[in-house]
Amino acid sequence: MSKLTVVEGSYAVAHAAKVCRPDVIPAYPITPQTHIVEELSKFAANGEIGACEYITVESEFSAISALIGACAAGARTYSATTSQGLALMHEVLFNASGMRLPLVMTVANRAMSAPLSIWNDHQDSIAQRDTGWIQLYAEDPQEAADMTPQVYKICEDNKIMLPAMACFDGFILTHVYEPVVLLEQDLTDEFLPPFAPEHILDPSNPKTFGAFADPGVYSEFRYMQELGMSAALKKIETVADEFNEIYGRYYGGLIDGYYLDDAEIVLVAMGSVIGTIKDVLDELRAEGKKVGLLKIRSFRPFPTDAIRNAVKNAAIIVPLDKSISIGKYEGALCTEIKASLYNTKIDIPVLGYMFGHGGRDIPPERIKKIVSEAEKAIVNGITIESSYVDLREELL
Amino acid sequence: MNKTTELFAPGHRGCAGCCDALAAKFMLKAVGENCIVVTPTGCLEVFSTPFPESAWNVPWIHSLFENAAAVASGVEAALKALGRKNDTKIMAIGGDGATIDIGIRGLSGAFERGHDFTYVCVDNEAYMNTGVQRSGGTPFAATTTTTPAGKASFGNLRPKKNMPQIMLAHGSPYVATTSVAYPKDMMRKVKKATEVTGPTYVHVHAPCTTGWGFDGSKTIELGRLAVETALWPMMDIENGDITGVHKIRNKRPVEEYLKAQKRFKHLFSIPGGADIIKKIQELADWNADQYDL
Ligand SMILES: Cc1ncc(C[n+]2csc(CCOP(=O)(O)OP(=O)(O)O)c2C)c(N)n1
Ligand code: SF4
Ligand SMILES: [Mg+2]
Repeated sequence: MSKLTVVEGSYAVAHAAKVCRPDVIPAYPITPQTHIVEELSKFAANGEIGACEYITVESEFSAISALIGACAAGARTYSATTSQGLALMHEVLFNASGMRLPLVMTVANRAMSAPLSIWNDHQDSIAQRDTGWIQLYAEDPQEAADMTPQVYKICEDNKIMLPAMACFDGFILTHVYEPVVLLEQDLTDEFLPPFAPEHILDPSNPKTFGAFADPGVYSEFRYMQELGMSAALKKIETVADEFNEIYGRYYGGLIDGYYLDDAEIVLVAMGSVIGTIKDVLDELRAEGKKVGLLKIRSFRPFPTDAIRNAVKNAAIIVPLDKSISIGKYEGALCTEIKASLYNTKIDIPVLGYMFGHGGRDIPPERIKKIVSEAEKAIVNGITIESSYVDLREELL
Repeated sequence: MNKTTELFAPGHRGCAGCCDALAAKFMLKAVGENCIVVTPTGCLEVFSTPFPESAWNVPWIHSLFENAAAVASGVEAALKALGRKNDTKIMAIGGDGATIDIGIRGLSGAFERGHDFTYVCVDNEAYMNTGVQRSGGTPFAATTTTTPAGKASFGNLRPKKNMPQIMLAHGSPYVATTSVAYPKDMMRKVKKATEVTGPTYVHVHAPCTTGWGFDGSKTIELGRLAVETALWPMMDIENGDITGVHKIRNKRPVEEYLKAQKRFKHLFSIPGGADIIKKIQELADWNADQYDL
């Protein structure tokens, strides 16, 4: 049995990043990511990350830009950010994926301003869904730590070569103290081969990165990124299995299920709320209610086939979103789940809920309320397709 | 990659007589093949790398318009961490817009952090790639497509931002100003900048045939006039001290420089134009006096 240590979620992730042996870490502080980069700076200051260069950049824009330069020069890179920092990187995120640079970043999910909020939701990374980055979401600190070497292995595959975000909920997971297994260096070395990219900036073999594309060639570059994402669908599954073989822990590949096989009501969620939902489901199952959970681990690539297969026998599907597309009045999971079911023989109602925005707590009663509304909707049909579950009418 | 012996190969899509192409060609000659170049978005980047062609026979990367210095700092950190830095020079070559305006945050950060690289600003005094709009490097009274002269305006209202002084304020061990019109001077300074350890800065004045409105055969002539009128002083600044100044043999009146370009043509016809020319002469005289040109 691996040894459990009680540490903060941020420490577990920083430690995981360290054992992946990054060569360059440019970092810029932002709550609630700060503890991760502070821990890494301590590791670097103590010489615990080899010859790693820790760069205290002047902005997230430069953090991600330095990652690009470093990765193109052949370095394995790491950084972490959230919210405003991630949004500031927006332009560069596209650039990194377009240049097929397998950068790895932890995103400590946080709401977007205004109004200013330092608390958790998924709006920051969801807003970056079209930037060509792989996005995985972790449910607890252990999974967030374990996801770190997993994403390196996924995105450094030469058929993939795309950057990746390992997302975990700010404060709820970054600042919680829990017993975790800190990733062992020897196991990580066995699991994760050194970064050996085919194309690098090297004077002995000069190559051009980031050329200008006319309309005659541009689409093909975009299409090839899509091929990389498709390759990641398979790789995310195999890497999860390989991780299980070496470390003995498994969280699902693209998706995971809890009481999913015979579920009539399928809740769909990502991130830390999974823990609350699992507790509620244990209770509801004891009462004989056929409720299950579909956990989305991979939001990009979006696991369309896996989802279709997982929900096809349900009576109702209930996506639970910590994001909102204003003007569509639904969250990202809701929209994407609906889109996944269209053009299939699956004709199951989808009842979307949004909650937990800007860090609002999601107590078990909220989940139970959603389940009871879903039960009614199975009988009476859906009247409102998507809504906030806990809107405070008195503030409107 | 282009199979010629030139590190910056011919065949690119720059205008005939392009200042940026001259700068890149002579700089690389001076620095040699053991270098990695970062170029932000701009004329030089666009005309030198239409996929699948590239004029660069050295490793080269373009990321975005405003992040060349940060990308260069990442390259430098990677080479150090991987034990490959050795004598490899890292050079960013950016336009005035990329350097003076949109990229100044990242450039300032990279210099403050002390990365071992050279930043070269090729200053053609406007956003040429997007059609000659004003930048912080556009000189006083010049017209651009966003500072046209009109009944209520004589063109650009402000003098050039003094970028070399800003870089000097970062404690850079070597800052130099030069011009594409003096290739030997430019080559010496860029080579020296790459040889000095730490973040070094070279500001290259670069007359642009298309943007300034003069014949493509006169790029060098225009560059020389800028220097000989004292509008563009050329110097070496080592560890904060001016250690070399290009002396002007025959100081020329600014009219000679202004007359040769369409962007200043209005000054010779608008009411009050003579006063503005006088102000420009004062700027030149101040330079001559201040730097003992
Ligand atoms: C964020 C962003 N804003 C604007 C642009 C449009 N743009 C591309 S190149 C350029 C001007 C480049 O000017 P400069 O740096 O002086 O180089 P030059 O083309 O004059 O050599 C502009 C405005 C861009 N690419 N990115
Ligand atoms: S517009 Fe000026 S800088 Fe751009 S290619 Fe032409 S001459 Fe060179
Ligand atoms: Mg310019």
